[in-house]
Amino acid sequence: MTNLLNPLVLLLLIPLAGTFLLWLLPGGRKSLVRWVALLTSLIAFGCSLWMLVQFQSMDPGLQLGVKLPWLQFGSTTVHFELAVDGLSILMVILTTFLTPIAILSTWTAVKEKVKGFMAFFLLLEAGMLGVFLAQDMILFYVFWEFTLVPMYFLIGIWGGERKVYAAVKFFLFTMSGSLLMLAAMLWLGLNQGTFSLPQLEGVGGTVPAAAGLLFSAFALAFAIKVPMFPLHTWLPDAHVEAPTAGSVILAGVLLKMGAYGFLRFNIPLFPQVAVKAAPWFALLAVIGIIYGAATAFVQKDVKKLVAYSSVSHLGFVVLGIFALNPLGLQGGILQMVNHGLSTGALFLLVGMIYERRHTRQMDQFGGLWKVMPVFGTLTLLVVLSSVGLPGLNGFVGEFTILMGAYTSTAINYTLAAILAATGVILAAVYLLHMYQHVFLGPVTQDANRSLKDLNAREILTLLPLLVVSVWIGLYPKPFFAIMAPAVDKLIALVQPFLTVVK
Amino acid sequence: MSLSDLLILLPQAFLLVWASLLLLVDLFIAKDRKVITAILGTAGLAITLGLTIGQWGSRATGFNQMVVADNFSVFLNGLFTLAGIVAIVIAYDNMRRTGIHKTEFYALLLFSVAGMMLMSAAADLIIVFLALELLSIPLYILAGLAVPRAGSAEGAIKYFLLGAFASGFVLYGTALIFGATQGTSLAGIIASIQTGAAELPLLIIGAALLLVGFSFKVAAVPFHMWTPDVYQGAPSPVTGFMSIGAKAAGFAALIRVFSLAFPSLAGQFAPIIAVLAGLTMVVGNVAAVSQTSVKRMLAYSSIAHAGYILMALVPLADPSAAGNSTASALTYLVVYGITTLGAWAVISAVENADGDDTSVRDLSGLARQHPWMAAAMTLFMLSFTGIPPLAGFWGKFYLFRTAIEGGYTTLAIIGLLSSLVSAWYYLRVVVMLYFREGEAGASRAPSIQIATVLLALVILALGLFPSSLFRLALQALANGVS
Repeated sequence: MTNLLNPLVLLLLIPLAGTFLLWLLPGGRKSLVRWVALLTSLIAFGCSLWMLVQFQSMDPGLQLGVKLPWLQFGSTTVHFELAVDGLSILMVILTTFLTPIAILSTWTAVKEKVKGFMAFFLLLEAGMLGVFLAQDMILFYVFWEFTLVPMYFLIGIWGGERKVYAAVKFFLFTMSGSLLMLAAMLWLGLNQGTFSLPQLEGVGGTVPAAAGLLFSAFALAFAIKVPMFPLHTWLPDAHVEAPTAGSVILAGVLLKMGAYGFLRFNIPLFPQVAVKAAPWFALLAVIGIIYGAATAFVQKDVKKLVAYSSVSHLGFVVLGIFALNPLGLQGGILQMVNHGLSTGALFLLVGMIYERRHTRQMDQFGGLWKVMPVFGTLTLLVVLSSVGLPGLNGFVGEFTILMGAYTSTAINYTLAAILAATGVILAAVYLLHMYQHVFLGPVTQDANRSLKDLNAREILTLLPLLVVSVWIGLYPKPFFAIMAPAVDKLIALVQPFLTVVK
Repeated sequence: MSLSDLLILLPQAFLLVWASLLLLVDLFIAKDRKVITAILGTAGLAITLGLTIGQWGSRATGFNQMVVADNFSVFLNGLFTLAGIVAIVIAYDNMRRTGIHKTEFYALLLFSVAGMMLMSAAADLIIVFLALELLSIPLYILAGLAVPRAGSAEGAIKYFLLGAFASGFVLYGTALIFGATQGTSLAGIIASIQTGAAELPLLIIGAALLLVGFSFKVAAVPFHMWTPDVYQGAPSPVTGFMSIGAKAAGFAALIRVFSLAFPSLAGQFAPIIAVLAGLTMVVGNVAAVSQTSVKRMLAYSSIAHAGYILMALVPLADPSAAGNSTASALTYLVVYGITTLGAWAVISAVENADGDDTSVRDLSGLARQHPWMAAAMTLFMLSFTGIPPLAGFWGKFYLFRTAIEGGYTTLAIIGLLSSLVSAWYYLRVVVMLYFREGEAGASRAPSIQIATVLLALVILALGLFPSSLFRLALQALANGVS
């Protein structure tokens, strides 16, 4: 019973209980279904705040842990092991924070099969939380693969025109990476006699011959999820075809699972390989930053533009992580949050205009500022945050990452940071270009003249994102403080190998 | 023959007698009351299940050590009888809808189950052969039950010819082994190997021929050619039963013979079985991708799953891995059995009244009118793919783990990658069910609906509590096989 009162267990149980409750409700009562889903996700958010209260931010280790034996095979046991630390706590809160916002955004956008939509959404939340909380490799894998199923249905049933293609591509791409990861997990677990992550720290040193292959197997799974160039091709399809709320969660949380995987598996388990691989990851990250930005610039569909901007922004995250110094890692983790907020908001905005006009082509718009001033203002704020204007969240994250990459001994070429910095400029180019096309100038299309500005519910979905964006922009200290001890602990694992290389 | 001999074969004997009586009794049941025959058939299987469970925990041999009753046989017999019961439930509705309600089905099914149960109890190669015939001949007839449908006749003939061919291999292998060891009982063969009296080359050739024969039965590549045609042509409920019953019986023989009688040959056979397993996984999954008929697709998928199970029989040479590997194979057999029965139940329910072949497209939009059937089918497909937390994932988890434990990491990776291929065609079914508009209907008979949903719930439950089944499989091996 004491285990049930653990905030982490509750975090998993609340969305599942919500799904069950939804299942009992009659599907015809759509607004009741929506409210139940929203309340469930709000309760889960409250629970995550309760977890935050109990979290000791000075403690670098895993906290609030639960560990129960789950299944036995030979001499090794798979545990139901949950815990949270400075690396994962922000991701957990990001998940519980974005889910109610995403649900609120579907109020009028999803009209058919509302019950199924909400049920899959809550299942997805449980899966994502499980990924960030699991401390047993197999349990992690279970949640990791499980998240595919609800997302597959969200895209496939409620998606756009090419939904089937996008859903299947999403599923197969992610699965192709994770199967090799499963093989690596099994090999590692058998070799070491445990699947428990805390016990496997630095395990690469005990299996030097296999460490490189194991590292690659994990890295492939995570690189596909992030997605890193050149494994990103599933992302634009999935993003564009997914319903708005699905895109928000996909960009906001699901991609972060990949970056988080690097933090949780590749670096602590194989620090020596991570150090060697860092320059290559930095290279791919920089290519991703520039390629994503350049591709975003030529898009005519706004949603596609935002999707490619994700590739670019996630490049920053990976660059920060593989700087393998405190600045880079902290910036990387913060940028994961920032990207969740600003790209989430961008997808919401795109969804709002799509609901009104049923098109996302830039040339169908122009001069919207005059018709929808509130929409224009909020979009400008979000765009500026995504561009990295000082005073807003994006700047803090990207600046810290660039500092980290510039001073990184692991990456060891400053060109990476310099090229990455051009990504910031390119982001300004494509996003402001988009803004100019859609909002400025005269109203060219008659269909746009009668558009209604945002209603209270829509403003309410955007407001929390903007408040936190400004908060991080002006006062990021608490965010850095909560992750710093865990990041330092991670660096301590890597440090010996850094000095060996130099 | 003494009373104790008879007690060992009591479940099998009872079922044979019951089946014979059922044939007679059926003559006196009016045409519009044939449901009684179905119920009597189910009852016979249920009683047999009870009798066989009564043998759990003890080990006894009889008829001059020709048959054995141990946990291993009880475990598999449970699987066979339950599969038989599910098959009857599925078949009753399907055969009436498709106008092939021939009530010999029930008695023939019971005969076949009895053959399978004899197979799991066989401790002598002659009994293995006898059981093989007893389980196969009724299946040949059942495959042709839908005659005059051309596919059914073709399937039955093909199955019969290739089945007879396979039996020939088994018989020839048995003869060679007899020549090499002067005996056919597994205990005698072991003794002869241990004392060094056996002619090793002859023995190995004999064992290889047995492997070929059993590979036909489990549909391993390159002995799988009959599978797609037979699975497609036979009435769907028969195929559903065949896809687990005949396969599990084949594996029962493989495990009995290769892990009990020839453990000392495991080293020689490991590379051969590894190649068989790898080929079977790859060919099965790749060939399934291009199928448009659901039945052929599931046939190739059943080939692929045989490959996964074969993978668990590779590391038998390593004594520390052998126990876990055999238990993994048994676990996967059960998981696969439940899933395949469920999938074929859905196919049986969806099938047109004219019994024509069902294409994947025919499943379009099933979710709209039959949300339960569609949800169950989705669970079966995801479980086949190996998505956690469903039973299929844990089944594969155990299999791949045992392959890696035995040092066959490459084989495990081949298996994992081939299951990526399988995701493609399993997902296509889900795409049809949910993402495409269509008018697919299904039988509304409560029996088949309840059976399908129950099977899906079992898949889910075994997925959430995976260790129980594996522990049972370990116990099944505790007194006898390894």
